[in-house]
Amino acid sequence: MSILVNKDTKVLVQGLTGKTGTFHTEQALAYFGTKMVGGIHPKKGGETWSSGVDGTELPVYASVAEGKEKTGANASVVYVPPAGAAAAIMEAIEAEIELIVCITEGVPVADMVKVKAALEKSNSRLIGPNCPGVLTPEECKIGIMPGNIFSKGSVGIVSRSGTLTYEAVFQTTNEKLGQTTAVGIGGDPVKGTEFIDVLEMFLADDATESIIMIGEIGGSAEEDAAQFLIDEAKKGRKKPMAGFIAGLTAPKGRTMGHAGAVISGGKGGAEDKIAAMEAAGIKVSKSPARIGATLVEVLKG
Amino acid sequence: MNIHEYQAKELLKSFGAPVAQGVAILSADEAEAAAKSLPGPLYVVKSQIHAGGRGKGKFKELGPDAKGGVRLAKSVEEVVANAKEMLGNTLVTKQTGEAGKQVNRLYIEDGANIARELYLSLLVDRTTGKVAFVASTEGGMDIETVAEETPEKILTLPIDPDTGVTGADADKLAAALELSGKTADQAKDVFKLLYKAFVEKDMSLLEINPFIVMDNGDVRVLDAKVSFDGNALFRHPEILELRDLSEEDEKEIEASKWDLAYVALDGNIGCMVNGAGLAMATMDIIKLYGAEPANFLDVGGGASKEKVTAAFKIITADPSVKGILVNIFGGIMRCDVIAEGVIAAVKEVGLNVPLVVRLEGTRVAEGKKIIDESGLNVISADDLDDAAQKIVKAVNG
Repeated sequence: MSILVNKDTKVLVQGLTGKTGTFHTEQALAYFGTKMVGGIHPKKGGETWSSGVDGTELPVYASVAEGKEKTGANASVVYVPPAGAAAAIMEAIEAEIELIVCITEGVPVADMVKVKAALEKSNSRLIGPNCPGVLTPEECKIGIMPGNIFSKGSVGIVSRSGTLTYEAVFQTTNEKLGQTTAVGIGGDPVKGTEFIDVLEMFLADDATESIIMIGEIGGSAEEDAAQFLIDEAKKGRKKPMAGFIAGLTAPKGRTMGHAGAVISGGKGGAEDKIAAMEAAGIKVSKSPARIGATLVEVLKG
Repeated sequence: MNIHEYQAKELLKSFGAPVAQGVAILSADEAEAAAKSLPGPLYVVKSQIHAGGRGKGKFKELGPDAKGGVRLAKSVEEVVANAKEMLGNTLVTKQTGEAGKQVNRLYIEDGANIARELYLSLLVDRTTGKVAFVASTEGGMDIETVAEETPEKILTLPIDPDTGVTGADADKLAAALELSGKTADQAKDVFKLLYKAFVEKDMSLLEINPFIVMDNGDVRVLDAKVSFDGNALFRHPEILELRDLSEEDEKEIEASKWDLAYVALDGNIGCMVNGAGLAMATMDIIKLYGAEPANFLDVGGGASKEKVTAAFKIITADPSVKGILVNIFGGIMRCDVIAEGVIAAVKEVGLNVPLVVRLEGTRVAEGKKIIDESGLNVISADDLDDAAQKIVKAVNG
């Protein structure tokens, strides 16, 4: 098993015809035949996109609703530039797409406030924005994670950072543990999916035997997740966990690349997050190079 | 992006907020005319720098008994005397760091007879994903201290984006600030216009501390701190015009031209990394092995060779950099592009400090080959631990 995506997930690409959308759709098709079923472009409906790698052709539809109707898609990935990304997500919500993954970095936070309000009234789940996507090894790759570092296995990975997700994936592959699914929830302050949502899915997934959670400075999502884990453990739901928090050396009040990575008003520092996670039974690695090794130590008991 | 207090007040005034009359000046020669244009007899002379804590701040060049960065003046002559003493000197506050900031601009403002000092701010509340008001009766002090000592005196009120500030919301805020009658009515109008300004201008923080009630019962925005969402500046050219480059680090200005996320730090190991999380983790691991990072630098996803070259130049231009660590885990970013950028930069600007390169991910083999065949003195590393240890050893010996 896995969470969110599997070999049956059918994916539409919003922003397929751009350079980024094209490159990553080619990569997704090449990754165990991820079911990329079509692209969306309001002015290019009826055209055909073809992969520069192997010539695979995909139909382009004028709207998400049309694409969903013609292909039976249940997921979409958004590569639309920042100014139009929120509108693209809104269109996917209105078309009742189950899973929307927004890769775009730099979406204005005011736009996300509106998206979040629309999401709450819908049945759609949004991952991101400003995230690397979701990948279930050997089944489905949505987004920009490099497929070659994954291996099928037992670790669920959830992270606010793209490249640190890759570190955790790479290290668990090297430790011969492999992954069930890796989810990058993104580095923005207002986003579709939080740690708690993904942790709930991993706790419920039988194939996921252990979990890696990677956070960073800013906000209180890690503390909230730690409290969630403590509450679930009281109900007997618990899995071995390792973690990492980026930003121990980050200065206060400065935004560190990710719009959401800022220690402000005395809140959101790394020490508090590490303490909260350890209180919830997560073994937090001091080195980003030893996240996989730390999980192995936890599993050995 | 931050702006000065006087700019924030002009902006809020355009939305109808009650602010005092004021004039911004760049030289002491302008002080007399500025003060004479105001009603008087009470004036406030305020340093305009992008940092809080100005009132309690100290000027480096003046004695320890000199007054701070915000001063009351009871005559035009006092305004002029204070302006002469403050302009051009360096103000150190708890937010500026020890280096302080040079005061190049003053805001001369009409004084107010203050009855009560309140706190009011707007921000994006991450937990609810909504714009929220933060209100407290404890104005004029540091809200972090209030939050720690008397959290019950703070109201956080998220606003539904579909409705904006409702009558019920305004009532709750007025009650939290213990306002009534005419004062409450005025304040409720202010809540609505502040929310409108926040949303329309894509602000990330709007802090009024203090928001005051005057002797006559009128309310006024006495101080204003505004930050804007950098991701939304593309739709606000009018806000971009307010940017004051003299308030920013030169290397950070250069980095922003290339759309690089760069933050200058105090250490001596320069870092070039892709991804914000990995860039922070790289700083952390340098510290873990006993050295200090000179910067945070995220080259981002899909960077071009030119962008990588620019990033490398920014790092090497920093005289405190005694070694460089390039750490790339390619997803969008291709290792061969990074390698080409680094090689091009080294050939252009030279390399006088040790350079450790760790590459992993998309097209890693091609990237390593480019580095190996360049003939340059680059130390290769297998993983992040190895890379951090090698650069720390190369710098610390």
